[in-house]
Amino acid sequence: MDILYLLIPLSVVMVFLIGWVFWWSLGNGQFDDLEGPAHRILQDDDS
Amino acid sequence: MNGIHDMHGPPECFHCGIPLGAGSAWTALVDGQHRAMCCPGCKAVAEAIALEGLSSYYHSRTTYAGRATPEVQPDLKIYDDPEVQVGFVRSCGGDERETTLIIEGITCAACVWLNERHLAGLDGVLAAEINYATKRASVRWDKSRIALSVILAQIEAIGYHAWPATSANAELARRRETRAALWRLFVAGFGMMQVMMYAFPAYIAEEGSMGEDVVLLMRLASLLLTVPVVFFSAAPFFRGAWRDLRRRRPGMDVPVALGIGAAFGASLFATFTGAAEVYYDSITMFVFFLLCARWLEMRARQKAGASLEYLDKALPLAAHRLIDLARGGQTEEIPALSLKPGDLVVVRPGESFPGDGSIVEGETQCDESLLTGESMPVRKAVGESVLAGSFNRLSPAIVRIVRVGEDTCVSGVRQIAQRAAAQRPRIAELSEAVASHFVVGVIFFATASALLWLALDASRALWIAVAVLVVSCPCALSLATPTVMTVAMGRLTRRGVVVASAHAIETLTRVTHVVFDKTGTLTEGRFSVAATTPQPGITSESALAIAAALERESGHPIATAFAAGGPVDPVVAEAVRNLPGEGVQASIDGVRHRLGTASFVGGIAGILHMAAPDRGAATRVWLGCDGRWLACFDLVDQLRPDAVEVVRRLQADGKQVLIWSGDAAPIVGAVARKLGVDGFIAGMLPRDKQERMVAMQEQGAVVAMVGDGVNDAPVLAQAQLSVAMGSGALLTQAHADIVLLSGRLHSLVEAIDIAQSARRIIRQNLAWAIAYNVVALSCAAAGLVTPWLAGIGMGASSLIVVLNALRAGYEARGTRHEVEAPGRFTPRASRLAPRG
Repeated sequence: MDILYLLIPLSVVMVFLIGWVFWWSLGNGQFDDLEGPAHRILQDDDS
Repeated sequence: MNGIHDMHGPPECFHCGIPLGAGSAWTALVDGQHRAMCCPGCKAVAEAIALEGLSSYYHSRTTYAGRATPEVQPDLKIYDDPEVQVGFVRSCGGDERETTLIIEGITCAACVWLNERHLAGLDGVLAAEINYATKRASVRWDKSRIALSVILAQIEAIGYHAWPATSANAELARRRETRAALWRLFVAGFGMMQVMMYAFPAYIAEEGSMGEDVVLLMRLASLLLTVPVVFFSAAPFFRGAWRDLRRRRPGMDVPVALGIGAAFGASLFATFTGAAEVYYDSITMFVFFLLCARWLEMRARQKAGASLEYLDKALPLAAHRLIDLARGGQTEEIPALSLKPGDLVVVRPGESFPGDGSIVEGETQCDESLLTGESMPVRKAVGESVLAGSFNRLSPAIVRIVRVGEDTCVSGVRQIAQRAAAQRPRIAELSEAVASHFVVGVIFFATASALLWLALDASRALWIAVAVLVVSCPCALSLATPTVMTVAMGRLTRRGVVVASAHAIETLTRVTHVVFDKTGTLTEGRFSVAATTPQPGITSESALAIAAALERESGHPIATAFAAGGPVDPVVAEAVRNLPGEGVQASIDGVRHRLGTASFVGGIAGILHMAAPDRGAATRVWLGCDGRWLACFDLVDQLRPDAVEVVRRLQADGKQVLIWSGDAAPIVGAVARKLGVDGFIAGMLPRDKQERMVAMQEQGAVVAMVGDGVNDAPVLAQAQLSVAMGSGALLTQAHADIVLLSGRLHSLVEAIDIAQSARRIIRQNLAWAIAYNVVALSCAAAGLVTPWLAGIGMGASSLIVVLNALRAGYEARGTRHEVEAPGRFTPRASRLAPRG
């Protein structure tokens, strides 16, 4: 059961990490437009 | 992607895909080839695109572009005026400005690319980004190098229409509120799930099978995850509780905050002293459920508010004022705010009317769905009034402005609706007061049970107090009513029923008598010819033709009756003279003709010796010429198409339907007979009506009075509920509790249905809240409820109340009439809205 001493703190760290990633992506506008980028990648845009 | 050009078929415009006629001569050079174009507009756009090196747009697009319309070239200079910009342009320091543009015409991803590239290529534009999902562009530019109008013009140049999103700032604030709330919910939900993971082993582990270190570790982990839930997610509850305490008026936030605080403090204490139990899982779950309920309530409120906001958006920013009607229709662009009554403006199709006014030139169709909920466009001809914010759909019209800004009908509607929203209905106040007492009671009860348990079993006293605090649910009590009211009001507004006073919804459900204030409420106010009695020597048709010619220019209310059945070969009347109260005189082929009262026509036709069968309930008009009587017409005012159905519905619901009219007995009688109304009284003065109503009310009647809302103010005030049938202009003065903007009587039935559904739901909610609290409180005080169970119970009970509230009016009959309130910018939405 010693592994719990590692796993429990690790899970807490993971939770905060996930929370922070979500926070960052929301603030960064990653969820603002879910359709456009999929089309944009197909544009021949060399310049 | 190959785009759409590899199909074969009849020749089409390369730009917009419209099939080309035989003699189409326009071409544009795109990718080194001459492409066929349907019109100079498309040609110009295609050339502009090719010139900029953006012709790969044509390869990757998946739908054709809209047809370019060069003739609509709105003057965009107006958007450079700093005063106009206040509403929608944000300053980013220095000369940098930012705004949100709505771009019309974006049909596929290639359009987004084309617009972005085009804008980014302009000198002075710092950033341009278009959201494909919302079709909105966020543009940042340097105002010393480029003007906003130039940016807009450049978007026009490649075939799209753009205009600033005027309510962007308000929208931004709302989005921020929504986002913050979502975050709280997310943190609480995530924390809840994770804390549950740590709590679960402690619940199922057998005594002594878990090492003390592990237990402590799990508690510490739970604590770490609970801290953000308590201090971030639950912050609004603490703030609310503090505000309530300072105002010495404990609301529902107080016990919530106390419960969370006590449970958290006790758990903290237990964690570090190794005491028996921690309740981190209860706290996070409790907060999560409560936030869910709050979130749903906020959504309902925003949705109700949105229907009002559409009204704000409806007014255009700019207007084309005619400088001089005589000098060939030159217009200038001015801010709509600086319009004055009396100004003449040109409103082109696709634009909104900048103020209330009447049409001076042109005939068109208006979309008034914003105000009336009616999705069919309304025909408007010269002389008819148009409403600010309604949408011109068909052809250009010149309008003489009568009212602008705050005086317009649309503003008036917004004002009365806002006034009603600000008022608190008595029933909501009551439940608020009850909740307030309830809170004090609960705190007292919690203390009492803690003291009692202190004597019985001291170790459980604190936990029982916490359970009592948490399990009691004043939220359910105080959310029960206002949420239902908000939902019902929003739903009514979307159907063109404006609730102008807060008690209206409540009163609607108690109405026992419906009094129609005047015959005009039940009829269309438009006459039609019911019967024609021609004299020997003349046919009905030619008599009608002569009458139509006489009335054509008169603008008299009865003129429409004759205009309806248009004559086969029109008769030309000259020297038309209108004699008020008597009739019309004109000469036809040099012979004097008169149409009007018997004595007036008798003045030239001689003694009346023609017989016409008496038809009782009709208005009678005579036609004659020099020395001769020609015909007699019986005119009737037609019932509104839904009048019979509505009266039947009201009677079926056990309400008494009465007609009290100032009109003459035969007219009122005829209307009442057709509708199956027994209780009608004709020739009543306002004072009679009032006295009669007081007498009725003394016998316990709850009276709803349906009128035009302007006349008979004392009578309307006497009625418990006054309902005005609105058609525009007079609304702002209306002293009514409810305004039926659609002019459909059926709205009244719908309103009653929604109100009844709202009342039913309020009762369910209150019954549930009371029953829950009685059971839960006694169980908690008896020590049968652990705090985690209390958390679930309390959170779930609020959630149930809010979810139930969202049903208000949903199940009401007549839901099919609901149309989504269309925004000014999406006129298509109303066209596509399902009808009937």
